[in-house]
Amino acid sequence: MGTILLLLLLAALAAAVFVYNSLVSLRNRVQNSWKQIDVQLKRRHDLIPNLVDTVKGAMEYERDTLQQVIDARARAVAATGARDSGAAESTLTHSLGRLFAVMENYPALKANENVLRLQEELTTTENQLAFARQYYNDVVMQFNTRQQIFPANLIAGFFNFQPSEYFAGEEQDRGMPRVDLTLRT
Amino acid sequence: MNAPISAGTTSVRVLGTPLDFHTRQRLNRRRSFWLLAVFLGGFVTLGLGLDAVWTGISSGGWPLPVITLIAGSIATVLSVVGYFRGAEMVMGSLHARPLDPHNADHRQLQNVVTEIALAAGLPPPCVYIIPDPSPNALASGRDPEHGVMAVTQGLLNVVDRAELQGVVAHEMAHIGNRDTLTMTLVGILFGGALMLSDWARRVLFLDRGRKSHPLLFILVILLVAVTPLLSRLLAMAVSRQREYLADATAVQFTRNPLGLASALEKIGAGTSPLRSATRGTAHLFISNPWTRRIDQRDGALADLLSSHPPLRQRIAILRAMVRGG
Repeated sequence: MGTILLLLLLAALAAAVFVYNSLVSLRNRVQNSWKQIDVQLKRRHDLIPNLVDTVKGAMEYERDTLQQVIDARARAVAATGARDSGAAESTLTHSLGRLFAVMENYPALKANENVLRLQEELTTTENQLAFARQYYNDVVMQFNTRQQIFPANLIAGFFNFQPSEYFAGEEQDRGMPRVDLTLRT
Repeated sequence: MNAPISAGTTSVRVLGTPLDFHTRQRLNRRRSFWLLAVFLGGFVTLGLGLDAVWTGISSGGWPLPVITLIAGSIATVLSVVGYFRGAEMVMGSLHARPLDPHNADHRQLQNVVTEIALAAGLPPPCVYIIPDPSPNALASGRDPEHGVMAVTQGLLNVVDRAELQGVVAHEMAHIGNRDTLTMTLVGILFGGALMLSDWARRVLFLDRGRKSHPLLFILVILLVAVTPLLSRLLAMAVSRQREYLADATAVQFTRNPLGLASALEKIGAGTSPLRSATRGTAHLFISNPWTRRIDQRDGALADLLSSHPPLRQRIAILRAMVRGG
């Protein structure tokens, strides 16, 4: 009788350890994928001044559009907190989209090796950002679901695991558009 | 070229999360284990049969089952080499080359691979180019940390960015599911089995072979005839269902079934065969590198003999996802 109880206790303990470890590894994955988003945002901020410098000469009459991009970038760099930076980044995305639309009218730019290169870099950064967010939200969903399901919810409650927040930009509701900024030739 | 559908949440029915790789990985690891076990067992059986024939011929025979030992060693070496060096061997046999950072198309391919790796939450694989005008792609590697992916120049020439994303996502799905481990092993072991049965046939049809015991003789003939056929059937059976699964997983990554669908259409329109593909590597590709008519037919025979499901059906399934199926 005593042996059976002991065995049951050991089994319960082993299960608890397993659940705890899986929760910790999920939490690490959430944190890691959040960092991936940061990396992409930083890369985008670094690329934009290059692009503006490169196209500035050819786009004399588009100072407004260029200025909007520069301003949006400055706000995005300065923004703190998930909500603020989310809004600033989404404004930046829109102003970049406008800039690329205007660039369509400048055939000289389409032939410029440097511009094409920068555009491909920005396109991939936008996509990497979108995919990193998508992955982040998938992992958060897994993490949160795991915490709510019995018996993991007991362990999660005991060790005070908190559900993670989804990355909910305004784009998220409409489904993230995949950006293709490459110039049509 | 933006995805013309509202991606993700609404119209595309997402099947599970991209993270439930674990079940499929476990399944593939188990399959690979059995594959190796059956392969080693088959080789040893074949060797024993040949030894028996040989002993029958040279009355008295050798004290050791020499052929069995040789066959067993060959099979072991092949398995070990296939596991650790399989991806390199596959890429080498296809004359795959590393990307050129000065080439705009290659840079874009590298970027797309990085994007999809982020979507899959996997380390970005090594990317290669196969200098061949036939549009196709494949992946290999024993696990995601050692993943490799190759795309033909012909594919890069015809696809746009969204289509390239679809193809890369399909290959990334194979890597994530560890299909690449099983399929690379199948390729290398299949090549090895062919080699040995050729060799066994030669031994068998030496003059003295006719004097052996007829029963053993028949057994060995059966083994020699059946080995390549079995490994061929095995290679095809493992491959087909995986293609559908990888298509579905690719859509989870890109949330854009149309990119992959129209890429598959372009791949299907390519008429020239991929010259460097061999019987040992054909099943690794996204679409059969030799466009054979049987691949585009439905029905039980086509199902049994083709290494890939009909492109038409795969495209239809992908297009159905957009309509909210």
